[in-house]
Amino acid sequence: MTDLETRTPPAATATGVRGRGYRPNQRHVPVLATLGLLVLMYGVGVVNYEGFSDTQIVLNIFVDNAFLLVVAVGMTFVILTGGIDLSVGAVVALTTLIAAELLNAGWPAAVVLPLVLLVGTTIGLGMGCIIHFFEVQPFIATLAGMFLARGLCFLISDASVPIADPFWTGVAQQRLAFGGFFVSISAVVAVLVVLVAAYVLAYTRFGRTVYAVGGNPQSAGLMGLPVGRTRIVVYTISGFCSALGGVLLSFYMLSGYSLHAQGMELDAIAAVVIGGTLLTGGSGYLFGTVLGVLVYGLIQTIITFQGDLSSWWTRIVIGVLLLAFILLQRLVTHRTHR
Amino acid sequence: MAEAAPILTMTGISKRFPGVVALAGVDFRMLPGEVHALMGENGAGKSTLIKVLTGVYDIDEGDIRLAGEPVRFTGPPQAQQAGISTVYQEVNLCPNLSVAENIQLGREPRRLGAIRWAELRRHSSELVGRLGLDIDVTAPLGTYSLAVQQMVAIARAVDVSAKVLILDEPTSSLDAGEVAQLFRVMRQLKSEGVAILFVSHFLDQVYEIADRMTVLRNGRLIGEYRVAELSPLELVGRMIGKELATLDELAEHSRRPLATVERGEPVVDARELGRDGAVAPFSLTIHAGEVVGLAGLLGSGRTEVARLLFGADRADHGSLRIDGAEVSLRNPRNAMGHRIAFCSENRRTEGLVEELTVRENIILALQAARGWSRPIPRRRQDELVDRYVRALDIRPADPEARVGHLSGGNQQKVLLARWLITEPRLLIVDEPTRGIDVGAKAEIQRLVVELSDGGMAVLFISAELEEVLRLSHKIAVLRDRRMVEQVENSEDVDADRIMRTIASGGAA
Amino acid sequence: MISPATLSALLRHRLVWPVGVLVLLIVGNLVFTPSFLSIEVREGHLYGSLIDILRSAAPLALVALGMTLVIATGGIDLSVGSVVAISGAVACWWIVGLGDQNSLGGVLGAVALALGLSLLLGAGNGLLVAAVGIQPIIATLILMVAGRGVAQLVTDGQIITVNSGPYEVIGKDYWLTFPVSVLIVAVMVAGTLVLTRRTALGLLIESVGGNPTASRLAGVNARRLTVLVYVFAGFCAGLAGLIVSSNVSSADGNNAGNLIELDAILAVVIGGTALAGGRFSVLGSVIGALVIKTLDITIYTIGVPTNTTLLFKAIVVVVLCLAQSPAFRARVLGRRRRGPDVPDPAPPTARTEVPV
Repeated sequence: MTDLETRTPPAATATGVRGRGYRPNQRHVPVLATLGLLVLMYGVGVVNYEGFSDTQIVLNIFVDNAFLLVVAVGMTFVILTGGIDLSVGAVVALTTLIAAELLNAGWPAAVVLPLVLLVGTTIGLGMGCIIHFFEVQPFIATLAGMFLARGLCFLISDASVPIADPFWTGVAQQRLAFGGFFVSISAVVAVLVVLVAAYVLAYTRFGRTVYAVGGNPQSAGLMGLPVGRTRIVVYTISGFCSALGGVLLSFYMLSGYSLHAQGMELDAIAAVVIGGTLLTGGSGYLFGTVLGVLVYGLIQTIITFQGDLSSWWTRIVIGVLLLAFILLQRLVTHRTHR
Repeated sequence: MAEAAPILTMTGISKRFPGVVALAGVDFRMLPGEVHALMGENGAGKSTLIKVLTGVYDIDEGDIRLAGEPVRFTGPPQAQQAGISTVYQEVNLCPNLSVAENIQLGREPRRLGAIRWAELRRHSSELVGRLGLDIDVTAPLGTYSLAVQQMVAIARAVDVSAKVLILDEPTSSLDAGEVAQLFRVMRQLKSEGVAILFVSHFLDQVYEIADRMTVLRNGRLIGEYRVAELSPLELVGRMIGKELATLDELAEHSRRPLATVERGEPVVDARELGRDGAVAPFSLTIHAGEVVGLAGLLGSGRTEVARLLFGADRADHGSLRIDGAEVSLRNPRNAMGHRIAFCSENRRTEGLVEELTVRENIILALQAARGWSRPIPRRRQDELVDRYVRALDIRPADPEARVGHLSGGNQQKVLLARWLITEPRLLIVDEPTRGIDVGAKAEIQRLVVELSDGGMAVLFISAELEEVLRLSHKIAVLRDRRMVEQVENSEDVDADRIMRTIASGGAA
Repeated sequence: MISPATLSALLRHRLVWPVGVLVLLIVGNLVFTPSFLSIEVREGHLYGSLIDILRSAAPLALVALGMTLVIATGGIDLSVGSVVAISGAVACWWIVGLGDQNSLGGVLGAVALALGLSLLLGAGNGLLVAAVGIQPIIATLILMVAGRGVAQLVTDGQIITVNSGPYEVIGKDYWLTFPVSVLIVAVMVAGTLVLTRRTALGLLIESVGGNPTASRLAGVNARRLTVLVYVFAGFCAGLAGLIVSSNVSSADGNNAGNLIELDAILAVVIGGTALAGGRFSVLGSVIGALVIKTLDITIYTIGVPTNTTLLFKAIVVVVLCLAQSPAFRARVLGRRRRGPDVPDPAPPTARTEVPV
């Protein structure tokens, strides 16, 4: 039957002819747009500011935003399933604070590190369970998680707690140099996290189930996929990533503070969305999230270079970009779904 | 066909819900390599039987054996693992993933935990090729038509060594060519020894593809027949439980020939009205006091015609005249301004606001037309609602009851009441009698007659030809989203003739 | 006035829980502070713990008021905190620029400017949701992110302090012994009640939230209603922003209204309006706001460190959500079918319903 080959929008490809020439896949459009934006912004930076073309500048974006990148990776998993995690900033703060307090109390770093990671992971697991078993909206469940984590922070201490642990300061100051450039250990960790996560999403059954759940959870269930388990796991991953992000932040700041990472959930969500992941779930790439974080970092860098711009411009620009990308997403999904 | 040992036997299956016996001691069996049609009216117990078989529901009594072994599944995934796969009318796949992934999701070929994408693609294209489909398995499923998606669902279902394949109303939204393609796939699978359970409302399709059929009525087994041994007329008699003579009589008595009606002024006059992808341009005139029936299979464009006339979708072809003046309906509010009313077929999703009360649901359309700033005085609301609750015999007769708690028939009446209080000149009713009990059904039919006698124009849409024939002065037949014929109702128009038009597409 | 019959029906259905919690909190306070309920008139002003609660709850109650209608349409507005900040910042920025900070006309201009801007921001949200079709969480997230930046831009990252008698009236002063801010809230609540229940607005909003498709097919102008509720939410947030900044005679772009969106959502949920939309209770949300603020004060008076407030809120959110979750109730009662991955089958009474 020839008419079986007709694609859904019959008007567009009336005869079922599929062009052979390059036509960017609809789902790649947002990522390509982000890439274009990034190149443009970098170009603007290089043209306008002296020293901007230094490769170290690009590396510094990774160094300065390693924690955000890790948190955004976890957020990507959650958003791909069509969920959202508002607790990440609070979990990051809680992690820095617990780490700081325990280290100051003389606990060895080898115990503190896994312990704080476990705490974050457990919070994520708990939220995942509430979302799955009790069918509470992710927005609300993770909001409760956010209150809980920040509440615990304030319970522990409302002052900034400096970290003097030798391991922590060692890692914080360690610079991995190569060819005249350097990166921090945190940046390397972040890149590793990205690679592992990208592999998981593209090459494992769990990763594909994440996409399936985001595409159509009912169908995924009827296809025999472990929808519930997948949901729980993505929030657990997000909890783990937040905790790891918290550890990286504590390397960066060398302190624990209940007001660390205020609003980081918004930054992470913005990075994921600007990276081309659909907030309705089911479509997006981890590579896009990396681009999203880079865009975020580049804005900050440009503002720093500009000198006379204040930090709040970051938020305004991010908001405008968020608007632009959401409208773009809307346009793209509108065209693919009839 | 020589009777092989049954692959599936269900014996003495009973399933009760609070207040309802859904299945009472039903026996059912399937042979390998057959297409077995499960027949029955809505509420006969077909879907309950399927859900019991696939483990969605527990059974209260009875015994299920697959290849002689007793089985009891805890859910569709377990049933599928055992070789019983279901493909629903609504494609339950993920449109955002590739065709190949949709076929093998959950059982992808892997090496050391990593999905082998090349192998996945190769296997999938092989499989869809075997089913006679020529599609790019790496493209997202969502880019293909519903028919292709359905074949992909079947491909997925048979990819695991399926012994029993359940196709629940697979043809509802397919056009004739697509149905033929589906049947080819079914025959292919049949020849491979798969037992196919086929549920369809379309008798001719059943007679074309099925080998045997089992008829259910009111949760009871009526019988198991070879298709060749039971004529369509006998089948219908068994499904609805009426003797043939009564059926004939019913048809004879309630016919409304046009001669008895004085045709009023045209209320709406559609000229080459159409919308791409929904329904081809059609012309249709409906006069005051006239009932026009829309006949056609599910997905033939009936609802689309109604939606165009109500402004729920915008027409991109042709023109529409109301009372002789050309209008352009951009949304339902425009249509309501011209006193057109539309009762959607999907009471729950497009009709009622279940959380609100009977009263609130009834006054909703009238209130929406008046706008928020001009509330209908409470006394007036109570008056209107009381009158219609009584006139339509809505039960419980409590205006403050939540609509979601009412039965289907009463919900339908609430929806009708909502539109009747707007005093429409054209009432469009889409499948008003589907899925409601016989008593309510008769009442709604009577109401349609009364309303048209009172001068209202009615567009009556129903999948039941008998009903359309009984109520309509004029019948428009739709096929493949095209209005293929309009006939005045008369003695020599019968279900057969309409069926032929629906099947063949042209006026004789 | 509401007739006694409607009142009793209201109480029976939705308000009994939030009121119960509030009463419980107040009784708990009485145990620790026997004088908790006492109110006295000093210098023509009412004083007492209850008045403190009312005053501190005023901005939250306002924001929750707007949020209630938004949530009733099935939406959500995350941007209200930013609007609170922008409104206060704009008003103070305008007043600081006045030659005479005590000029009544100038202050009125500032108020009008702030409220007008809030209306515009709300309309922006509404258009994104209704006309462009973006999910409410996302649409309002944009303003939530950008709005703080804008507020800081207006205040230039500083805290703007004003010294304006007329402006202080809004958040600090008393009128006929009552705090003006509380009176403003009372007027807004009464106005909202009249607007939603004496007209058909409430019914239409509930129908849009309960079933948007059906509402459209019944001729409800859902688009206009949606824009309207976001505009209203923006207005409420703007007003709350004025109260907040007037009370402290300053505007803090960074911290004003921080997390107030979450408290407001919480207040709405406590008040018995489901997050999925549909039926809403304006009074419930106000009581919800009072519950939250009473909780804050309770924690303070019983001597628990104030830092635990968030923890309490987390627990309250969890408990409320679980209480609202049908799945949780079913599980606790043990009436749930097994197989969590299988979508719930249609209720058996709907056996007449055809799967579409």
